[in-house]
Amino acid sequence: MIELRDVCFSAESAGVKKDILQNINLKIDERFVCLTGPNGSGKSTLARIIAGIVKPTSGQIIFDGEDITDLTITERAKRGISFAFQQPVRFKGITVKDLVTLAAGKKLTTAECCQYLSEVGLCAQDYINREVDDSLSGGEIKRIEIATMLARSTSLTLFDEPEAGIDIWSFGNLIEVFQKMYDKIQGNILIISHQERIFDIADRIIVVADGQVVADGEKEEVLPVLANQRPTVCSVLTEKVKKED
Amino acid sequence: MAMDTIQKRLLREVADLHGIPEGAYNIRSDGKLAGRNTTANIDIVTKEDKPGIDIIIKDNTVNQSVHIPVIIAETGIKDLVYNDFYVGENCDVTIVAGCGISNCGGQESRHDGIHCFHIGKNSKVKYIEKHYGEGTGTGGRVMNPTTEIEMAENSYMEMETTQIKGIDDTIRNTTGKLADGAKLEIHEKIMTHEKQRAETYFSVDLDGVDCSANVISRSVAKGDSVQVFSSMINGNNQCAGHTACDAIIMDNASVVAKPELTANSVEASLIHEAAIGKIAGDQLIKLMTLGLTEEEAEEQIVAGFLK
Ligand SMILES: Nc1ncnc2c1ncn2[C@@H]1O[C@H](COP(=O)(O)OP(=O)(O)OP(=O)(O)O)[C@@H](O)[C@H]1O
Ligand SMILES: [Mg+2]
Repeated sequence: MIELRDVCFSAESAGVKKDILQNINLKIDERFVCLTGPNGSGKSTLARIIAGIVKPTSGQIIFDGEDITDLTITERAKRGISFAFQQPVRFKGITVKDLVTLAAGKKLTTAECCQYLSEVGLCAQDYINREVDDSLSGGEIKRIEIATMLARSTSLTLFDEPEAGIDIWSFGNLIEVFQKMYDKIQGNILIISHQERIFDIADRIIVVADGQVVADGEKEEVLPVLANQRPTVCSVLTEKVKKED
Repeated sequence: MAMDTIQKRLLREVADLHGIPEGAYNIRSDGKLAGRNTTANIDIVTKEDKPGIDIIIKDNTVNQSVHIPVIIAETGIKDLVYNDFYVGENCDVTIVAGCGISNCGGQESRHDGIHCFHIGKNSKVKYIEKHYGEGTGTGGRVMNPTTEIEMAENSYMEMETTQIKGIDDTIRNTTGKLADGAKLEIHEKIMTHEKQRAETYFSVDLDGVDCSANVISRSVAKGDSVQVFSSMINGNNQCAGHTACDAIIMDNASVVAKPELTANSVEASLIHEAAIGKIAGDQLIKLMTLGLTEEEAEEQIVAGFLK
């Protein structure tokens, strides 16, 4: 379980102080939680604060009962927090197998490593020895990022727009991956997403706008609020809500 | 020949040898010949006029290898050798050179190797060169290799040169001269630390029609070390040349990259790329979110980069 108590984050850009997150209070212990909201609303920042990459200006973060506010990224990772980046990082010379092995934190057989890749729909033989560098396509590297999360299997996993760049034909598989992951580790999965199909599987949807939580609850409760957000969020969704009205 | 553990370790480091190699070889230890084998196709002859050997490979020699490691385990040895490789036509051979210095004494140990390659028409050569140093002594470990490559029509050479730690001072000079259709591929990997200094100079003349060269260097400079990388490609005909230097800089190190291209023909297509920078912050962060400490993350990134 992860808990945010009065978390605020402000940063200076071009000499002006900007409040990026304001008094965020959340307690997350559901199976799938979807975090959504307009571009620039603060979703990734929130995930980075949980993972320890960004220090909040004020507030506390409690993970499984322990105050982790002052812990480093490494310490949080060791406690059981995993974070799949919105933009996965590329490395020259580090192979897919190296990365999955580092994520697992122990030696993996080729077969074990291939298993993780197959689960995210990559033909393992073709990828295992490839470098995680610029030669991988956007969709490929996103899938590899998800495979590293499977290899880690921790009690909290944050996915930042995991579906971005994944073709619609594979979308169903992606959802299956989340479901299988939960069945295996029973950990909390927090998915940042703009996709209605992710909303469909979420037990809870949290909407962030302008650095604040503006709606929080099950899909039915939250959709009307979402529809009132900036039109860029999801026009399809807006139409659907109107129809239901 | 009987080898002690230091000599065995040096051989393993520079030539991946776990004993006496297969095929042709010439092992030089502390400035003296320590073992040689020739085969029906590959002859090795001691030079009469200066220190060094001639390696003569007959036409049509395929799938054979030559190992010519040099090891220095005594302190204060100053070794200079001239090795000439005469590779016939239509060959496909692997040449493994390399030099290991173990210096536990107080005097400088030094090896200067001058290697000339004459590669015959349509031949394919893979040349692997590894430089390695170790030892607790205050005496320096110095290596100054010179490599001159002359390539006949449609020949191909791949040179892999590696120096990971251990060598205090090195100036490496490599030159190439390519005839029609020849292709030269050079991959250099260097890591320096403490107060080490490594300078590498490449100069390639693309003389023939449709010849090409690709000179790639990856290096990591740590501590107070200094690296200089200079790569000069002269396109004198319809040809293609590419040079790239990619360096990671850490601590108080300093790296100079000097690519230089000269086109003397409108049909020459030449490209250079040079990038020097510290380890990207997001790479460190990513590995830390997988549970590695910052130091472990750094180690993995450097090891991958130089793999
Ligand atoms: N260190 C920083 N300095 C200045 N501004 C920042 C900093 N970090 C984030 N921001 C700003 O904070 C806002 C929130 O960014 P964040 O990446 O969290 O948005 P997001 O909700 O994930 O958006 P998207 O849907 O586009 O991914 C943006 O306006 C961003 O430019
Ligand atoms: Mg984001």
